[in-house]
Amino acid sequence: MTTDTNDMSPHGGATEAKGLKSYLASHMREFGLLFALIAIMVFFQIVTAGTLMRPVNITNLFLQNSYIIIMALGMLIVIVSGHIDLSVGSVMGFVGALAAVLIVNHGVPIIVTVAICLAVGASIGAAQGYFVAIWRIPSFIVTLAGMLVFRGLSLWLLEGQSVGPFPKSFQVLSTGFVPEIFPAVIGDNLAAFFGARNFNVLSFALGLIAAGAVIRMGLKKRARNALYGIADEPPGLFWARTAIIAAAIIFLMFKLSTFRGLPNVVVTMGVLILIYAFITEKTVIGRRVYALGGNEKAAKLSGIKTERLTFLAFVNMGVLAALAGLIFAARLNTATPKAGFALELDVIAAVFIGGASMSGGSGKIIGAVVGAFIMGVMNNGMSIMGIGIDYQQVIKGLVLLAAVFFDVYNKNKQA
Amino acid sequence: MTMLLEMRSITKEFPGVKALDRVNLQVKAGEIHAICGENGAGKSTLMKVLSGVYPAGSYDGEIHYEGSVAEFRGIRDSEHRGIIIIHQELALVPQLSIAENIFLGNETARGGVIDWHEANHRTEALLKKVGLKESPMTIVDSLGVGKQQLVEIAKALSKDVKLLILDEPTAALQENDSQKLLDLMLDLKAQGVTCIIISHKLNEVRYVADTVTVIRDGMSVSTLDAKQGLSEDDIVRDMVGREMSDRYPERDRRAGDILMEVQDWNVWHPEHAERQVIKNISMSVRAGEVVGIAGLMGSGRTELAMSIFGKSYGRRIGGTVKLHGQPTDVSRVDRAIAAGLAYVTEDRKSLGLILDENIRFNTTLANLQGVSSNGVLDGNEETTVAEKYREALRIRTPSVFQKVGNLSGGNQQKVVLAKWLNTAPEVLILDEPTRGIDVGAKYEIYAIINQLSAEGKGVIMISSEMPELLGMCDRIYVMNEGAFVGELAADEASQERIMSLIVDEKG
Repeated sequence: MTTDTNDMSPHGGATEAKGLKSYLASHMREFGLLFALIAIMVFFQIVTAGTLMRPVNITNLFLQNSYIIIMALGMLIVIVSGHIDLSVGSVMGFVGALAAVLIVNHGVPIIVTVAICLAVGASIGAAQGYFVAIWRIPSFIVTLAGMLVFRGLSLWLLEGQSVGPFPKSFQVLSTGFVPEIFPAVIGDNLAAFFGARNFNVLSFALGLIAAGAVIRMGLKKRARNALYGIADEPPGLFWARTAIIAAAIIFLMFKLSTFRGLPNVVVTMGVLILIYAFITEKTVIGRRVYALGGNEKAAKLSGIKTERLTFLAFVNMGVLAALAGLIFAARLNTATPKAGFALELDVIAAVFIGGASMSGGSGKIIGAVVGAFIMGVMNNGMSIMGIGIDYQQVIKGLVLLAAVFFDVYNKNKQA
Repeated sequence: MTMLLEMRSITKEFPGVKALDRVNLQVKAGEIHAICGENGAGKSTLMKVLSGVYPAGSYDGEIHYEGSVAEFRGIRDSEHRGIIIIHQELALVPQLSIAENIFLGNETARGGVIDWHEANHRTEALLKKVGLKESPMTIVDSLGVGKQQLVEIAKALSKDVKLLILDEPTAALQENDSQKLLDLMLDLKAQGVTCIIISHKLNEVRYVADTVTVIRDGMSVSTLDAKQGLSEDDIVRDMVGREMSDRYPERDRRAGDILMEVQDWNVWHPEHAERQVIKNISMSVRAGEVVGIAGLMGSGRTELAMSIFGKSYGRRIGGTVKLHGQPTDVSRVDRAIAAGLAYVTEDRKSLGLILDENIRFNTTLANLQGVSSNGVLDGNEETTVAEKYREALRIRTPSVFQKVGNLSGGNQQKVVLAKWLNTAPEVLILDEPTRGIDVGAKYEIYAIINQLSAEGKGVIMISSEMPELLGMCDRIYVMNEGAFVGELAADEASQERIMSLIVDEKG
């Protein structure tokens, strides 16, 4: 089984600080993942002759992967709790179809449609969670059934046709960009300075703020660890890692600013990532999910309502799948019966590449997000290179296997 | 009569423990030989040596079998020579049929193709021998435990058994099923099969055995001839004749008011709806009192504790739990915890701990409210709490961020205790709190128990080790087959009295 070192706590595992090497060895998973993502990006940047990092492509990269990442957040919780959800691709397609039928065919207001769709997602999750949590039917079976049912229902709803296009006000859900709130003169000057056609100051400002926050939070954590005498990563490594992350954020935001700015969906996604990272690492309910997946019987005997928690994990997954469905439909500007087909596999692969364990109890939000980006960058890079879909599948499969093998190999070596 | 088997001066050591110390066992051909001893005395280890589970070379001493030295390298070796062991936990595959089970690993096949006709035919003959009328095609799962036991014996017979070893064969059986099994043993004896039976039930031992060997603390104490009117008291005396030394820290024994009462507690088996596991039990614990529950494995001690603690075991649970004289709802684990109960499980690895997580995670798990506000955890507070218990309970580890899976048994047990102490319980139910931990750690756990009692908490201690109960408890309930069969104050309790209360009930 794949398990990361999973300390779950921001403090990290207390290894005796024997310097850089031992720290790296015990945090192989986290650093390995980050390095893998960087290596893959550098590789494709070179082989695509710089196309990968062009502002328009970075924007696309985010748009293409936003719904996968959003679903990966829910999937991580489902997998940590010891289950799996195979139905998310179908549910996503179904909700997109529902939105199209409501808006395009029946003229239902967008805000009402969004509310209905999210509620439907929650209900679907509740229905599946009911069978898994209360009747203890393996989630693999329940959600396999759900996958077939909702694929069929999308076809029925759309009568086999594509339905679209959506009104502009719905499309902004996915393809809109944050507005400019600063005076145009600042943007024009900066654009001229950087030699770009235009420059979205707000996007770049948000990037600077985010980078600042990363550094601030890292320092705060270090100070607290020092206070409690907890062995932390060596200072050199801390600064290198923090600098890379901060620089990467600023770099990406700069690139986006010189195109059309920050896409709305990236804001949504970023907020959700923060919320879910917080829930899983800092809250009682998050802690209980890890306990449930780590040892259900022990969790139950510790007073944790394991059935309810399992149920909620599926409800949450349903809502996120619905949200992903809306974003996907808005991006394509049409709902098709094929939407979301086989997407559950990408979502699940992202979570496992990100270091979650098949047997439950371990895995991190940030891991799932990086896992999704690894898959996303590879998809995008290989498409730019013109590699056929046949080879793409083979390569993605091998990457998944390699990531999990890396985990297992490390674990055996430590034991 | 000639000896079929002689085990001479068998010594088997595990790291830190001498499980067997120069044990001798002589089994005559054609007899039924009983091995008696307390839990942990070394009976099962001895049988594992005999059957080759511990291969030749991993122990000292000699095994003579059928007149020559035998060196079994594995269970296949011993089976090949006709030594078949039937374990307490049955080794049948529940989803397969009787015939499939009997010939599992020994299929009636030619070139890999199974001849079902022959298998069923031969199974029928075997079933007749053990007195079963079921069809060979019956799925094992649909049989009761008693009949499954008989299928196991039929399986042994299919392998031309010469020496049949039964490890507590009647532990899970009802009265009449037990009787059938014992009669079958006598039957097999008449057909020339030699049997070794390990049993706690001395009345059954007296019924079938020709010779009894008593093992205590890894040593063979005596070999008794059962044909000369052997009494159960004789066996009991040899079983428990251990010196009591000051292995238990001193404690001020001052019991206060009644803290918890359980009245008319009845529980049925979660799967076999007709089986009543706990029968009409009433008990009480006072503040500062340590109350013991004595009984053999399978007597229902754990089931009693878990059914009280948030209905974690059983169904159709009936009865009242009162705390401070008030009826209290303990029907869910979280409610039981809120009411002031804590249950320290006997199975810390699968029920007590999350092994992949660290000490801090496990320590705060049952009381996350205590280290959070508005549902948000305070990591620093968690560390403080975990550190507090690490020091108080002397958990030997460099930090509270150590994975509990890597700790020793004693330290793991302390983490489980820490988890429950952190819920500030009034009544603690400790189920085999010292199982599988070394002597030093045991003493520390006893000291913790004394500390709890001094703080005015009520402690219920379940243990298979009678000396431990006698050394620690103010009062001991004796439990057998789901019911209390006696209650002894500390000064009137002795191992003999407890044993005879259990045995009398069975007789």
